[in-house]
Amino acid sequence: MKITKVAKAGTLESNDILIMVMPNESGKVELELESIVLQQFGDVIEQVILHKVKEMGVEGITIKAQDKGALDYTIGARAETAIKRAF
Amino acid sequence: MKTILGRELPDYIDGYGEVTPFQGAFRDAGIKTRKAVKLTSVNPSDGKVLDNLEQVFDKLNIKDGMTISFHHHLRNGDHVLNMVVAGLANRGIKDLTVAASSIFPIHEPLVEYMENRVVTGLVANYISGPVAGAISKGKLKKPAIMQTHGGRARAIESGDLHIDVAFIAAPTADTYGNINGVYGHAACGTLGYAISDAEYADKTIAITDNLVPFPACPIQISQVLVDYVVQVESIGDPAGIVSGTTKITKDPVALIIAKRAAEVIKASGLVKDGVSFQTGAGGTSLAVAAELKDIMQREGVVGSFASGGVTGYLVEMLEEGLFKTLFDVQCFDLKAIDSYRNNETHQAMSASMYGNPHTKGAVVNCLDIMILGATEIDTEFNVNVTTGSSGLIMGGSGGHSDTAAGSKLSIVVTNLIKSRVPMIKDEITTMTTPGESIDVVVTERGMAVNPRRVDLIEKLRITNLPLVTIDELKTMAEKITGVPKAVQLLEKIVAVVEYRDGSVIDVVRQVMNTNVWG
Repeated sequence: MKITKVAKAGTLESNDILIMVMPNESGKVELELESIVLQQFGDVIEQVILHKVKEMGVEGITIKAQDKGALDYTIGARAETAIKRAF
Repeated sequence: MKTILGRELPDYIDGYGEVTPFQGAFRDAGIKTRKAVKLTSVNPSDGKVLDNLEQVFDKLNIKDGMTISFHHHLRNGDHVLNMVVAGLANRGIKDLTVAASSIFPIHEPLVEYMENRVVTGLVANYISGPVAGAISKGKLKKPAIMQTHGGRARAIESGDLHIDVAFIAAPTADTYGNINGVYGHAACGTLGYAISDAEYADKTIAITDNLVPFPACPIQISQVLVDYVVQVESIGDPAGIVSGTTKITKDPVALIIAKRAAEVIKASGLVKDGVSFQTGAGGTSLAVAAELKDIMQREGVVGSFASGGVTGYLVEMLEEGLFKTLFDVQCFDLKAIDSYRNNETHQAMSASMYGNPHTKGAVVNCLDIMILGATEIDTEFNVNVTTGSSGLIMGGSGGHSDTAAGSKLSIVVTNLIKSRVPMIKDEITTMTTPGESIDVVVTERGMAVNPRRVDLIEKLRITNLPLVTIDELKTMAEKITGVPKAVQLLEKIVAVVEYRDGSVIDVVRQVMNTNVWG
């Protein structure tokens, strides 16, 4: 499935994550992650976001995520909402 | 070489010297000596007032490699440290050590002076903001020395920390060098952190923006200690002097933590006539004070003293008769400054009287209950308040280790998780205060008592409080956050953490990823 527009979900509050998604022409999934806990949890955060993208069957998407220490279920929910808003 | 807490330390650290590893909170007690002070006597015909800082520098003959000191009562409004270092940099002085009781974001200009080697050493009890970041990234030539409030006074008085020139920011000074902090545009109240500096430095300079005719009363720092007085346009910005964190929190999680902490205090049996209490100015700590106030009012208890950095909240408790006295090393807000000026039961104390372990008894020794914070705690109850979990310096002991060691009941109040980071872990980044000084950790999901405190465990067992082990707290947090990966640090030692007795309790190493904050 393809997204058609730019959309975002989340905030830059502590314990939240701001996720912005936009379509790209490459057909690939591109993820750019900033996090205050990048060293401790960067891998896990990436996995959660990429898993959600795969689960929703989206391709050709660029994701920019700014994490302020969100837990996994918050990250998943913010990713899902951003993608749904971009269809 | 290992500390008693198991930290491996080098025998010798370049730019610091021989390392004495920490061997226990009271292992270094006993016979001590204070150093002798060299001074230049002042004759009847000698004046002390100089026209400007340049004249001061001319008189002082400051050379490369000297140590200059500052107090932090003007906190994030301080103009004096930046003014003096800039003046010395202009004169081409290099290799200075800045011994400031604390460093704040306003001291950002120091970063450039660290880079161009005007400043190569730093000694402080608390460091926040850009300077802390720059030290963490290895920009200071020698390792910073991080002390406690009491430890700094001890180091100065014993001679471990020799000060060539103490620059005392003086809200009011007279023409013969008497100083007070209660009048003037930059009034900050007590001057507890400047006392040892004034007493033991080779030269002591009063820098004021309120020069008054002799004598300036009340006298907090005496003329017999002061070499010169100089007037400048402004020593500080009152807006930055008032601490930003002196309101009780509205965060429901923090309020639950505070309530539980108060219940621990009550169950401990310490709340009776003559009780003494200290807390920081943070929102959660103040909420504990509010809870304690309720208990004291309900039970008609009159306490002996509350101490520390004093806020308006403690002043209210004094005025309502809940405590007979306040011991004040530093005023946190205008209400505390007014109270200190007007109320004789609001008693000033020096940093030495507050927490110096090598005196004939500091005020912390008389303290019943202490409320503390933490950035990390390990399962042996050792506490980190020096670095964040990403390894960056973001504070320091201040009075943490002093009060934890002195008080009968020390309680750490903290969220179990902060921004996904579990607060309790097997290994903390930096050890600041040893677990032997910490009695209880209270979080929103449960509380753990140090197994050393069998008496307290028994008292708490018969309450409904959610008592768990510290390992259970750790597991609880990791179930929610996942297990964090260890943060990688470089080998280079960027700071040496001294315990209050001057032994080394830990070192801080350079951070690898300089883009990560938090």
